[in-house]
Amino acid sequence: MTGKTLMHTQPAHTEVELTRSAEAIAELEQAFQAKIDADIKIEPKDWMPQAYRQSLVRQISQHAHSEIVGMLPEGNWLTRAPSLGRKLILLAKVQDEAGHGLYLYSAAETLGASREALIEALHAGKAKYSSIFNYPTLTWADVGAIGWLVDGAALINQIPLCRCSYGPYARAMRRICKEESFHQRQGYEIMLTLCRGTAAQKRMAQDALNRWWWPSLMMLGPPDAESSHTQQSMRWKIKRHTNDALRQKFVDQSVPQADYLRLAPPDPKLKWNEQTGHYEFGAIDWNEFWRVLKGDGPCNRERIEARRRAYDEGRWIREAALAFGAKQARRARGAD
Amino acid sequence: MNQRQALYEYLLRLGDNALILGQRLTEWIGHAPALEEELGSANIALDLIGQARGWLAYAGAVEGTGRDEDALALQRDVLDFRNALLVEQPNGHYGDTIARQYLFDAFHYPLLEALSGCADQYIAAIAAKSCKEAGYHRRRSAEWMIRLGDGTAESHAKLQRSVDTLWPYTGELFAMDEIDRTLQSAGVAADLAGVGRTWDEDVAHTLKTATLQRPAAGWMQSGGKQGRHSEQLGYILAEMQFLPRAYPDAHW
Repeated sequence: MTGKTLMHTQPAHTEVELTRSAEAIAELEQAFQAKIDADIKIEPKDWMPQAYRQSLVRQISQHAHSEIVGMLPEGNWLTRAPSLGRKLILLAKVQDEAGHGLYLYSAAETLGASREALIEALHAGKAKYSSIFNYPTLTWADVGAIGWLVDGAALINQIPLCRCSYGPYARAMRRICKEESFHQRQGYEIMLTLCRGTAAQKRMAQDALNRWWWPSLMMLGPPDAESSHTQQSMRWKIKRHTNDALRQKFVDQSVPQADYLRLAPPDPKLKWNEQTGHYEFGAIDWNEFWRVLKGDGPCNRERIEARRRAYDEGRWIREAALAFGAKQARRARGAD
Repeated sequence: MNQRQALYEYLLRLGDNALILGQRLTEWIGHAPALEEELGSANIALDLIGQARGWLAYAGAVEGTGRDEDALALQRDVLDFRNALLVEQPNGHYGDTIARQYLFDAFHYPLLEALSGCADQYIAAIAAKSCKEAGYHRRRSAEWMIRLGDGTAESHAKLQRSVDTLWPYTGELFAMDEIDRTLQSAGVAADLAGVGRTWDEDVAHTLKTATLQRPAAGWMQSGGKQGRHSEQLGYILAEMQFLPRAYPDAHW
């Protein structure tokens, strides 16, 4: 990004900030936290601490980027879906993800960020997106596994966000969660069909579970001890539960679903603990998580390259649309 | 050729046009020039593939050998496809895709409008539903033709070239053969000459508004409707039909 920052369309009232006294700011912060504690939503025009704004822009834009990059692994099977019905369902699903990206970029815009700047940060490798989309989709079963596990983990992450303190984000999440829940059931239904099918189909299904299981567990974020944003985000009610609590919930939910499919998650240490009422599971390879996050997953380069190419090759189209819009406006004013 | 065979062929033409163009559009998903275009392209692909299901399901019923829409879409080879050459042409850049879409939509809408009043009640019903969708498709692609034609110098030059390249594939859309004539006498097929007059007017208006030149009359390619395709279709089918071909005993 040259000469641009993510916040270049910052609303004017934050500039007033510089002239406020420390006491005045402390008072505003207190009132802000009191609202949060009383579960009153923060709206775009309300005063908010700069760090709250930045934290939300980071989180919402990461989420938006994940939706857009996430279109690629599933989009990889759009042209090869095994029936017309499956093609339509997958197409509608990937389209929903584009729609989620749109609402989320719009939610980020209410905080003063611009869609274009956020996208450029993604392309420049400065913004993150969910690491799971750096894994490849090798067979049709991956489309099922992504719906079941990846959308399942996403939902567990996202349902609490429907109660997030920032109004526009919470409202976007309510709609997104409804659609994600539908996607998850569709994914599971693909798995069910495969598991009731031929030996080759069952093999595909088990192989997809083997490859997506651990990355899905990692999707709930680093362990609480290493999560840099958790504490502050919880105080601001941007985040409602810790990563480890959400991960346990995901495992507890997914293991019986795998049992029903007669598939085995690739974890020899997985076992039900009668006393805690939870499943115990083996150690997660966090080295893999950090490695993929830092850019060395199987598909990091091609995912960003695909996004960048689409954006660069589409530039003349966007420019033409803008130029035409400007011409129309001039004509309407009678200048042409 | 009896009327039943003609009807089967005719339904394949309608279904294969929608299927192959829809398949082409799905290639864009994840790679379109803007998020709004991801949504728009996906919408049109959804409509077209949905329409293809309707036409091909009916074609299967008319054929009467137990093939359903998936068998027809995913287990026929090139020689048995009946789509026009225009819809199988490569996506190219987004302007190429828009030009291909508009030249097709300007044909598709009046065709479906004519078929809405068809003597065959199934065709009339599918056409009436599809016609609403095609009306929206035509409006959208015409708007893009105008934006790109009358946008920047670069977009103008690119789109003119797209139109010039695709133009030779438009003649086939309006060529009547024995299948059309057999069905037309039964009040089933649309009069393609009438559809062609509507297309002409629409295209003339859109090109003019878009400040584009109508290409000079020249040789028109044909054959798709009779199963003589370009090299493109084989690759489309190889990709689209991969799973059912590789696992013939599987249900998905």
